[in-house]
Amino acid sequence: MKTTKAEPRIVVDWTACDGRGLCAELLPEMVSRDEWGFPLIPEPTVPASLRDHADRAIAACPRLALRLVRT
Amino acid sequence: MTTLFDEHVRIDAEVAAQGALMGPSPASQRELQAHLLAHGAVPAVDARTVLRLAIDSGLTGHGGAGFPLHRKLEAVNAARGRAIVVANGAEGEPASAKDRWLLARRPHLVLDGLQLVARATNATDAYLYANHRVDVAVLTDLLAERRRARLDRVSVTVVAAPDTFISGEETAVVGHISGTAALPRFKSPRVTERGVRGRPTLVSNVETLALLALIARRGAAWFRSAGTPDAPGTMLLTVGGAVRAPGIVETGHGTPLADVLALAGGPLTQLQAVLLGGYHGTWLTAGEAATAKLSRSDLAPLGASPGAGVVVAMGHGTCGLVEMSRVMSYLAEESAGQCGPCLNGLPRIATQLKSVAFTGGNQQAVAEMRRLAGLVVGRGACHHPDGSMRFLGSGLRVFAAEVELHLAGRCSRTSGDVVLPTAVTR
Repeated sequence: MKTTKAEPRIVVDWTACDGRGLCAELLPEMVSRDEWGFPLIPEPTVPASLRDHADRAIAACPRLALRLVRT
Repeated sequence: MTTLFDEHVRIDAEVAAQGALMGPSPASQRELQAHLLAHGAVPAVDARTVLRLAIDSGLTGHGGAGFPLHRKLEAVNAARGRAIVVANGAEGEPASAKDRWLLARRPHLVLDGLQLVARATNATDAYLYANHRVDVAVLTDLLAERRRARLDRVSVTVVAAPDTFISGEETAVVGHISGTAALPRFKSPRVTERGVRGRPTLVSNVETLALLALIARRGAAWFRSAGTPDAPGTMLLTVGGAVRAPGIVETGHGTPLADVLALAGGPLTQLQAVLLGGYHGTWLTAGEAATAKLSRSDLAPLGASPGAGVVVAMGHGTCGLVEMSRVMSYLAEESAGQCGPCLNGLPRIATQLKSVAFTGGNQQAVAEMRRLAGLVVGRGACHHPDGSMRFLGSGLRVFAAEVELHLAGRCSRTSGDVVLPTAVTR
């Protein structure tokens, strides 16, 4: 399989997420919440300008449900 | 014959247009002697040869996703640790019976195939994960007989799959065998890297393994003599609904859907629609069904795929919305309940669909279903929300006229027959 160094994307582990919403508070540029409180990330690719905020949101998730992947 | 399976899927016909697994006759080869008489022993092939056969034959998975077997083998071999192999016969799909047919009629081909992938991956442990309706004691006896005949290098443990729709999902299989729960998990790392008890694991559908057992005997070119160049080989289909002789059919990839319906005795009444690929599958109109061919590339423009080989014919006189409503409620119940959008969204969609199907509903209910569908697609650990919404979305398209009829307070249903079986378990 060919590996290319793709832009990092935020991925949600839906089995871990229980919709606490810290991600939406810390990264409102990318994350909003649906009517049940679960994150909505219409464009998961993280622009360089938001990388620090994204890292903070990922680290702050009490359920460790967010990951940054490059595939 | 029906008693072999269950009350939900009728088996009146076992026919092969191109018979690999079904040939020379659909009679049982459960006795080891019958199996060896029909097929002979598996040739003593080494790991490299098995991989070569998987590549040259173009064998892809028959559990639904159609992933090439050789890529799974390569992924397991590239991972660190002693490998585990699993024959997946969970068949949680209520409209499917072909895996149970195999375990009842061709168990030794499945077990031969399991040994071949064990050899290809140098696996030390093997499991047969069987549908909950299959008698585990019978399979265990077969394994004991094989052991006495020194057929199996790697010993096989039979595990009964729980009676849930998603029990055959790869990560759920791994969870159940590992002793946790038959629930899907986050897909990274892949089970080929970290599967059963953290070890590299190959999970392969029982039909795929049975085909591999034949390929090892007859060669890749034999396999490619059926099907099409880009979709070689044969597949088993469970054909149900409004056909004269519902049952298990074997045919080459790329066979016209109309021919498949003819093999099952032909439509009982004028065809209204066909469901392809089961309850995570796609509805086709009668017009589309008349020209569709059963291969991934032929069906892609229709948003469909052969999936795990479920074909359900629906005739006139049946209401597509009533049928879909029962299935949507079932799918909502069968959510593993782990992922918020699926847990919350599917029941609400099922409620809206029920209102349209049984009380006429209104435009808002239809719009709300579409809006909620947008909220669940792509937001789960497994394929359940996406597959369920493919079923819903394609059905709303195919039964658009029926929706209008319901909104006007009418329904085209004239028969009380249930076309789509649902085994309500909870």
